[in-house]
Amino acid sequence: MYNVGNLVKELSEKHGRERESLMPILQGIVEKHNYLTDEAMVEVARELDISAAEVYGTASFYTFLDTDVRGKYIIRICKTITCSMKGKGEIIQTLEDMLKIKVGETTSDRQFSLIETNCIGWCHKAPAILINEIPYTELTPEKTVEIIKGYMQKR
Amino acid sequence: MINLNINNQRISVQPGTTVLDAAKKLKINIPTLCNHPDLCVAGNCRVCVVEQTGAKTLIAACSMPVSEGMDIHTNTLKVRNARKHIVELLLSEHRSDCTKCYKNQKCELQALANEFAFGDTIFLDLVEDHHYSIDRSSPSFIKDDSKCIHCQRCVRTCTQLQYISAIAVANKGAHQKISSFHDRPMSHVVCTNCGQCVNRCPTGALVEKTYIDQVWDAIYDPAKHVVVQTAPAVRVALGEDLGYDPGERVTGKLVTALRQLGFDSILDTDFAADLTIMEEGTELLTRLKKVLVDGDKTTSIPMFTSCSPGWVKFIEHKYPEFLPNLSTCKSPQQMFGALAKTYFAQKMKLDPSKIVSVSIMPCIAKKYEADRPEMRSSGFKDIDYVLTTRELAVMIKQAGLDFRNLEPSNYDSVMGDSTGAGVIFGATGGVMEAALRTAYEIVTGREVPFKNLNITPVRGMEGVKEATVKIEGCTADWKFLEGAELKVAIAHGLVNANKIMKLVRQGKSPYHFVEIMACPGGCIGGGGQPIPTSMEIRKNRMKAIYSEDEHMVLRKSHENPDVIAIYKDFLGKPNSHVSHELLHTHYTERDNY
Ligand code: SF4
Ligand code: SF4
Ligand code: SF4
Ligand code: FES
Ligand code: FES
Repeated sequence: MYNVGNLVKELSEKHGRERESLMPILQGIVEKHNYLTDEAMVEVARELDISAAEVYGTASFYTFLDTDVRGKYIIRICKTITCSMKGKGEIIQTLEDMLKIKVGETTSDRQFSLIETNCIGWCHKAPAILINEIPYTELTPEKTVEIIKGYMQKR
Repeated sequence: MINLNINNQRISVQPGTTVLDAAKKLKINIPTLCNHPDLCVAGNCRVCVVEQTGAKTLIAACSMPVSEGMDIHTNTLKVRNARKHIVELLLSEHRSDCTKCYKNQKCELQALANEFAFGDTIFLDLVEDHHYSIDRSSPSFIKDDSKCIHCQRCVRTCTQLQYISAIAVANKGAHQKISSFHDRPMSHVVCTNCGQCVNRCPTGALVEKTYIDQVWDAIYDPAKHVVVQTAPAVRVALGEDLGYDPGERVTGKLVTALRQLGFDSILDTDFAADLTIMEEGTELLTRLKKVLVDGDKTTSIPMFTSCSPGWVKFIEHKYPEFLPNLSTCKSPQQMFGALAKTYFAQKMKLDPSKIVSVSIMPCIAKKYEADRPEMRSSGFKDIDYVLTTRELAVMIKQAGLDFRNLEPSNYDSVMGDSTGAGVIFGATGGVMEAALRTAYEIVTGREVPFKNLNITPVRGMEGVKEATVKIEGCTADWKFLEGAELKVAIAHGLVNANKIMKLVRQGKSPYHFVEIMACPGGCIGGGGQPIPTSMEIRKNRMKAIYSEDEHMVLRKSHENPDVIAIYKDFLGKPNSHVSHELLHTHYTERDNY
């Protein structure tokens, strides 16, 4: 575990303690640690002197500011119409089989999370996924297996 | 002045006036939902749309300021259809089980549906597929998301009036909801149970947790002796739920109604308020002596009042380092509770285990307070059930009483006597005024130097009030206070409490004694009071409280005969050992989320 207090302090020094610093601070935490723990949100609330419910409210609005436990690699599968029509279902099936989890879940070793997202702007190369920041497009089940294998070896 | 036409009637209003308020002046009614006179404009429900000649789209009357030459129509076909669709869309996501709903007949959404959206609708019903949650964790209120229309009155209330923001808007789109921190149960977050949000929610999404049925059961149980106490603010507001205008005092009828409902002893929280003054006044003087004469560094001033359970929970969560400054006195409700099953039981030769103690309160935080584990000094749960002013009105209607024609009557004795000082506890500044009336007299042997005992500087609706009382002519025991200037402050609404607490935290508070009430206006504006409430209504209730005080023969707590008797027969003297056991309490530090 990391010391969330120090990180939040650092980020608040950098971005300021005004209400409008909330987003960059939350993004800063997620950049380093994938998701926002309750502890992190409480720390942010304390630093900015706003309520924890407000921090949670803001974070929960944004798909990319996760407030639930997430693995080291967050796989986001586009659920919007183009990807759906171009075989999203097969890709989900492949991922679920490989990782032994369902959409919305995280592997017990906290390496992978599998979640759906809205259109990520790669419709012309559907179906598409994001793993953390990196997009993978024109996926087939075979290609997906290769990509995930690569990540599994990286750990 | 700005000139405009509404429905072809000409009107001139101040710049900055909204179309809604301009229409009100012409007695033209425009429906609203998210709008509330105590809160900032939100403009999110769109129910108030009207047509402006020349504008492409309909405009929201609540948020649109007037402009010169505006031509507004509130009742065109376009407006009617838009309103109908807006209400229908709200209903498409709303679990409309009105006949089983606590807000049936008292619901703003239902009233609008009744006006605009009856019959078939062209919209799909989305309720079936939605997973709504219902949070019953708080002893004070229920939060039912299936009844929420996202008007955000509650969120604005908790932020703007109470400075807590225990709830905020979370998620988006179809998943949007009003949520505590990470969806935790309301009983486990910073919420103070003040119920101001409950008082402002237009639907059944936030309602008090009711104990009406439990109270009826106790009343009908012949083995039980049901004791009821009524808080000062109830008698000046109950009438509103029974057809009277705001500000009517109904004290005598209230007592008769309780008797006819079947309560066995009709007693008065005002008695306990007077007792609170004796205990708290003595505590204040003792603290002052320790600080000013003995130089005791472990004693903390300013001393804060502790009779508002919403305020107590606020300081426990947000300023726990100042808990030693909080008076150790229980609230009048809980002092009463501890005595009902001890002193009162002895006097009346009743078995305390057979007493059911009910209180009628303007407050829903009192429900929570009664549930606190400390509140069992009698060996039993000191207060069994707390009902709000609103719930009492429901019971009176259920029993079919003709309230208007009831003969007024008096409280029972032993713990039923009260003074004007106890009565004014119900308004902001009242505890302070009552305390000063007694403390000044203890110290100097003379009445407070204000005309007619009316300490007007501590009265009124200003958020933070201050006063200085110069103490002169002290009796021998209190010589150390000679010439001292007692500095006091009063705040109501937690947003104002927070202003004082900030000063205290910065070490800039000049005060010796601070009165704080969680609700705007004090208990008269409590979360359990009749709905609606607004500044105007609170002012009327406040006027009624002070006129009740003026009409009392006794107006100083230490002159209350029942209070004199209890010290003689049972407690000894203020802050005695028995007092400490029954009438004082301690506090708990809590998390700030
Ligand atoms: S909240 Fe209002 S509209 Fe909804 S079920 Fe209750 S009474 Fe009916
Ligand atoms: S009861 Fe009071 S503190 Fe709790 S959510 Fe409502 S307004 Fe906020
Ligand atoms: S809980 Fe009530 S006040 Fe709050 S948003 Fe929902 S309907 Fe409005
Ligand atoms: S629809 Fe999938 S990336 Fe746009
Ligand atoms: S009342 Fe005007 S938008 Fe809600």
